[in-house]
Amino acid sequence: MNVVTPFEGIGASVKRKEDLRFLSGRGQYTDDINRPRQTYAYILRSPHAHAAIRGIDLAAARAMPGVVAIFTGEDMKGIGGLPCGWQIHNKDGSPMAEPPHPVLAQGKVRHVGDSVAVVIAETKAQARDAAEAILVDYDVLPAAATMEAALATGAPQVHDGVAGNICYDWHIGDPAVNAAAFQSAHKVVEFELVNNRLIPNAMEPRAAVGDYDPTTGDYTLYTTSQNPHVIRLLMGAFVLQLPEHKLRVVAPDVGGGFGSKIFHYAEEAIVTWAAGKIARPVKWTADRTESFITDAHGRDHVTKARLALDANGKFLALHVQTLANMGAYLSTFATSVPTYLYATLLAGVYTTPTVYAEVKAVFTNTTPVDAYRGAGRPEATFLLERLVDVAAREMGMDRVEIRRRNFIPNDAFPYQTPVALQYDSGDYVATLEQALESSGWASFEQRRAEAKARGKLRGIGISTYLEACGIAPSAVVGALGARAGLYEVGTIRVHPTGSVTVLTGTHSHGQGHETTLAQLVTDRLGVPLAQVDIVHGDTAKIPFGMGTYGSRSLAVGGSAMVKAMDKIVAKARKIAAHLMEASVEDVEFDRGTFRVAGTDKTKSWGEICLTAYVPHNYPIEEIEPGLDETAFYDPKNFTYPGGCHICEVEIDPETGKVDVVNFTAVDDVGRVINPMIVEGQVQGGVAQGIGQALLETAVYDEAGQLLSASFMDYQMPRAEDLPPVSVATHTTLCTHNPLGVKGCGEVGAIGSPPAVINAVVDALQDYGVRHIEMPATPAKIWNIINAGHKLAAE
Amino acid sequence: MPQVTLTVNGTSHTVEVEGRTLLVELLRENLRLTGTHIGCDTSQCGACVVHVNGDSVKSCTMLALQADGAEVTTIEGLAKPDGTLHPMQEAFREYHALQCGFCTPGMVMSAIDLVQKHPQGLSEKEIREGLEGNLCRCTGYHNIVKAIAAAQEVMHGRRAELAPAAE
Repeated sequence: MNVVTPFEGIGASVKRKEDLRFLSGRGQYTDDINRPRQTYAYILRSPHAHAAIRGIDLAAARAMPGVVAIFTGEDMKGIGGLPCGWQIHNKDGSPMAEPPHPVLAQGKVRHVGDSVAVVIAETKAQARDAAEAILVDYDVLPAAATMEAALATGAPQVHDGVAGNICYDWHIGDPAVNAAAFQSAHKVVEFELVNNRLIPNAMEPRAAVGDYDPTTGDYTLYTTSQNPHVIRLLMGAFVLQLPEHKLRVVAPDVGGGFGSKIFHYAEEAIVTWAAGKIARPVKWTADRTESFITDAHGRDHVTKARLALDANGKFLALHVQTLANMGAYLSTFATSVPTYLYATLLAGVYTTPTVYAEVKAVFTNTTPVDAYRGAGRPEATFLLERLVDVAAREMGMDRVEIRRRNFIPNDAFPYQTPVALQYDSGDYVATLEQALESSGWASFEQRRAEAKARGKLRGIGISTYLEACGIAPSAVVGALGARAGLYEVGTIRVHPTGSVTVLTGTHSHGQGHETTLAQLVTDRLGVPLAQVDIVHGDTAKIPFGMGTYGSRSLAVGGSAMVKAMDKIVAKARKIAAHLMEASVEDVEFDRGTFRVAGTDKTKSWGEICLTAYVPHNYPIEEIEPGLDETAFYDPKNFTYPGGCHICEVEIDPETGKVDVVNFTAVDDVGRVINPMIVEGQVQGGVAQGIGQALLETAVYDEAGQLLSASFMDYQMPRAEDLPPVSVATHTTLCTHNPLGVKGCGEVGAIGSPPAVINAVVDALQDYGVRHIEMPATPAKIWNIINAGHKLAAE
Repeated sequence: MPQVTLTVNGTSHTVEVEGRTLLVELLRENLRLTGTHIGCDTSQCGACVVHVNGDSVKSCTMLALQADGAEVTTIEGLAKPDGTLHPMQEAFREYHALQCGFCTPGMVMSAIDLVQKHPQGLSEKEIREGLEGNLCRCTGYHNIVKAIAAAQEVMHGRRAELAPAAE
């Protein structure tokens, strides 16, 4: 590893390069972008969960001041629907049901918030006013607002031709082997749980600005996206039939994503298409309630599981049956979440020899559901880590001991699970020991007794988890139904004076890539951090890319950069060899200096860079001038971060309120590039996990109205709700990427929810509680504590 | 349309607005001061906090006309003309108290007002309570709380320079 002064390379907690911009109000988010002659779009949305559209009367709206144009589904009839990026196959081998997902409703609306018409006007207020004058004649139909309702006999059909509202009925594992293993079990633990539906709520609402130049036929879309090239591909090829060279997609500063800004949304297609129609820029920005009802939601599983154990508490077999809510339409990656991002994780950190999982995906008249921070892996982890706790209790075993007994041992790597994945590295005992130590696990009973003396119920909970990220080997995901490759692209552009611009296909929306990725360059090429800039988020600047999700940016995007830097160094060594009249094999490169091995002959980085662009004395017959290389990197495997989270709670029995009093996370995220940023990512992830466990949930009524559709009704974690979170790392290197990195963006949200609920259940141990569904609200807990002596008023 | 005259970051502006125009819309759309953000419609998130006559105000909850004659400071007006950051801005950077940056302007403006109104100093718990009106989805607040605790020491003159974050 190189060392520069001051140390800014791999392992340094350097302050973020992007912060000055954000702290000065100079960020450029999509809604901050204004184009000359810009118009404003307002989208009229369905107030009903399920209705046929009998007619739309636009006459009054068209006469409203400032209206430029109004479009409905009728106008967009020839436009393709929004595509789903992952095809899942049923148990019988047939493909999943894939009903159309129109950009503007075609005769029917299927969830509250479904887009019905777009009004374009000179001002935002005029567009909204005119939309209120549109008369839509709805024939309201019964709605399937929950999976239970959608699966009932005679349920309303969300889509014609999708029998029983089943998108797919999929499985993984060997059912015969699995069933046989249950036969020999000493004990079978049965368990049912819900993984509550969440609303991602990035602080920046989604927005999109479409622009069109009629003289060139060029379209530009500015959008709040985690992956502008993917949007260009999906929208260009499948929706609007625009070739890539005529469509530029820019995702500028993006105010948080957490998965919800991966997907191609209708509004992106609407503003781009409409800009072409009216030959003026069109801007749309969601208000918060619009975000609540149109951003893809997360989680929403109902699961039954059985765990077989032998007399020593060793896991023999796991059988899982899950219902996964898709919502009304298939969002871009919805179908992959409860299958390949969930069921493949059900071995967890344990040696369970057989796992069989069956997943039914269900259409309902609700907002589409897709990936949200962790995507499938939090659901798998919550199930496993609750189940293991329940099993320990029912076997009369210690919660930590049952985990230790079933851990995949360090000498078993690479470890092939029964559910397709092959883990490359990990040390589950080490992260466990470290977390037990720093959380004061051994002395907990004293704290419980002390709390009891104060009239409080104290509990402690543990979660030992693993996830799969660094998404993903293209050939593997392709064989599983992905309709995309999942490599990444990096260009290293070395300038004549030696400074560097990196073009990366990943996208930063809070992760700090402008700093972390620059550290890779500083570390490898010896160029000071101030002389390295990272460019992302613009298809006109960056050759290609698949974007940021699944904690892939370093593992895949960083690896592409390493590959490109390898090419740079190889070429630079040839130039240096020429200048120093040495053979290439003898030229060493370290810390920005080229040296003929064993001599004091050197050339500086700057001299070589200048020579590459001013090639007066240059091996021009052998190599081209310039120092600018691009690499595509396709990962060999997923990466497997893991670790241990321990949560300590205190419950006030008078109110049922849970206070998280301590939270300890010890994670193995592979090599750490910037410890400060890793710590921040884990803290943020844990905050979302605690939010899921204690506060957040999407609530629909029977008619399919989202009752929790504002920050007044959906409980986002606030500063007072959260504890200080202690974060530490214990590193085992990823064995198959050049940086040894695994990824840290999702671990917090994956490992934490079961630690919190295990702690709550532990605190309530005197009340005979086996499980409590998330969110563990004061009302639920108060009712448990007060069961049997109800208030007279009730 | 009615007119409103107000001073923003030391510069006087007279702007024609509709009666329903919000202060945040005037700042963002008329003055193109896009550092102040809109994160919700219900005065819950605090992304739009600015200072009006020295008090923190959610600018999505104030009509532009109500700001007639007011002195408004936005995130763009915090740093000195030579670029020197306000101690709160400096502390947010030092303590990694921001990730995506969207809540940051409102968070910084709220934090400054919170500290200024508590010259005796705020405990960690008081800082957390004081942030009740600001949502952040990225950080878990851990580092925001630390940044504010550090900044108050400089703002109240108890330290000449910001305490560095522990490595």
